[in-house]
Amino acid sequence: MVGKNCFAIASDRRLGVQLQTIATDFQRIFKIHDKLFLGLSGLGSDAQTLHQRLVFRHKLYQLREERDMKPETFASLVSAMLYEKRFGPYFVQPVIAGLGEDDKPFICTMDSIGAKELAKDFVVAGTASESLYGACESMFKPDMDHEELFETISQALVSSIDRDCLSGWGGHVYIVTPTEVTERILKGRMD
Amino acid sequence: MGDSQYSFSLTTFSPSGKLVQIEHALTAVGSGQTSLGIKASNGVVIATEKKLPSILVDETSVQKIQILTPNIGVVYSGMGPDSRVLVRKSRKQAEQYNLLYKEPIPVTQLVRETAAVMQEFTQSGGVRPFGVSLLVAGYDDKGPQLYQVDPSGSYFSWKASAMGKNVSNAKTFLEKRYTDDMELEDAIHTAILTLKEGFEGQISGKNIEIGVIEADRTFRRSPDCSSNRRLSSRGRVAVSFSFRRCFKYPE
Repeated sequence: MVGKNCFAIASDRRLGVQLQTIATDFQRIFKIHDKLFLGLSGLGSDAQTLHQRLVFRHKLYQLREERDMKPETFASLVSAMLYEKRFGPYFVQPVIAGLGEDDKPFICTMDSIGAKELAKDFVVAGTASESLYGACESMFKPDMDHEELFETISQALVSSIDRDCLSGWGGHVYIVTPTEVTERILKGRMD
Repeated sequence: MGDSQYSFSLTTFSPSGKLVQIEHALTAVGSGQTSLGIKASNGVVIATEKKLPSILVDETSVQKIQILTPNIGVVYSGMGPDSRVLVRKSRKQAEQYNLLYKEPIPVTQLVRETAAVMQEFTQSGGVRPFGVSLLVAGYDDKGPQLYQVDPSGSYFSWKASAMGKNVSNAKTFLEKRYTDDMELEDAIHTAILTLKEGFEGQISGKNIEIGVIEADRTFRRSPDCSSNRRLSSRGRVAVSFSFRRCFKYPE
């Protein structure tokens, strides 16, 4: 979700195989660099593998070009990597959020074969996505500061995942401003 | 010298630690037509002689200065056909980068990849090094940049450089004339004067080529402007004036 010169990215914490819960602290949001975060929903193993591959690509990019990747560039890279596997795809839906040039917030999501969807306000992914769309649409306001943004995204997340049987066990929220990154854990219905 | 016994194979070092084929490649470059480049504070200019073998050759079909991407251009000294191969490969590499990142390739990255290609041909079997040195001029987020790439694959960033036949005189001339805060107009003027220094015969718009890139990040070449066709061959001022008109400088 985009705020005023800041953004927030949040996920739930459940890792499960249909009805069985395997972990209640699964990390789904990864930091690529200080101003770029990637959330990967979907198959757990594909999420981890894709994350490792992207970190690999980004590290080489940093070494060669002596600079961090812009969020737009990173999104194009993720899209290209997903489409490479067009006929045997990664079963993930990435959510990319970052601060671009002049610290302008950038968010986007894509489907599992790399179709980018840019948005100015919020993007959602996962099993509870329909519920999230509704919650975000009603709660979102443009140009929120980071405190208000935290409240809004937390409420939207918790209310959606609590209603979804395959998501839950709390939430993990990152608020990123040009100067700092705040990480908070939310308590929802622990089931 | 013992070295000549090792000049048969590119991939064999001579006892003095040189790869003789690369030395020969540099000689090929040194006998090519002069080309030079100057980096100004707000842009880069590259220029070359365009001496055609006969007056019957249609000079509009000959393009020594080539565009690699909209914001990067290149000129060579040495064997024309070799430079065409490199230009083709560089353009492809630049486009691949663009396809992947949806961003124009930074000049340093393109130079690095082109140099890697040239180096490959100094370490493979059955091939010979490229007989060209390239001057790559571009403008990206880091500002105006000028790189020279040699047949060995080594590359350097230059403030001003020359290659080809008249290289030592040209470099001396450039060393005297170059200032760090030079503007693009002065740089173009200096480039033409430097070419004129070693020019055999009368310099005119038809036997030199100039490429310029400034803050708008669009590479422009002189033959694409029609205003330089009619050139007074008297004096340097007349020559540079028509090129300036050609590039439409802001007042």
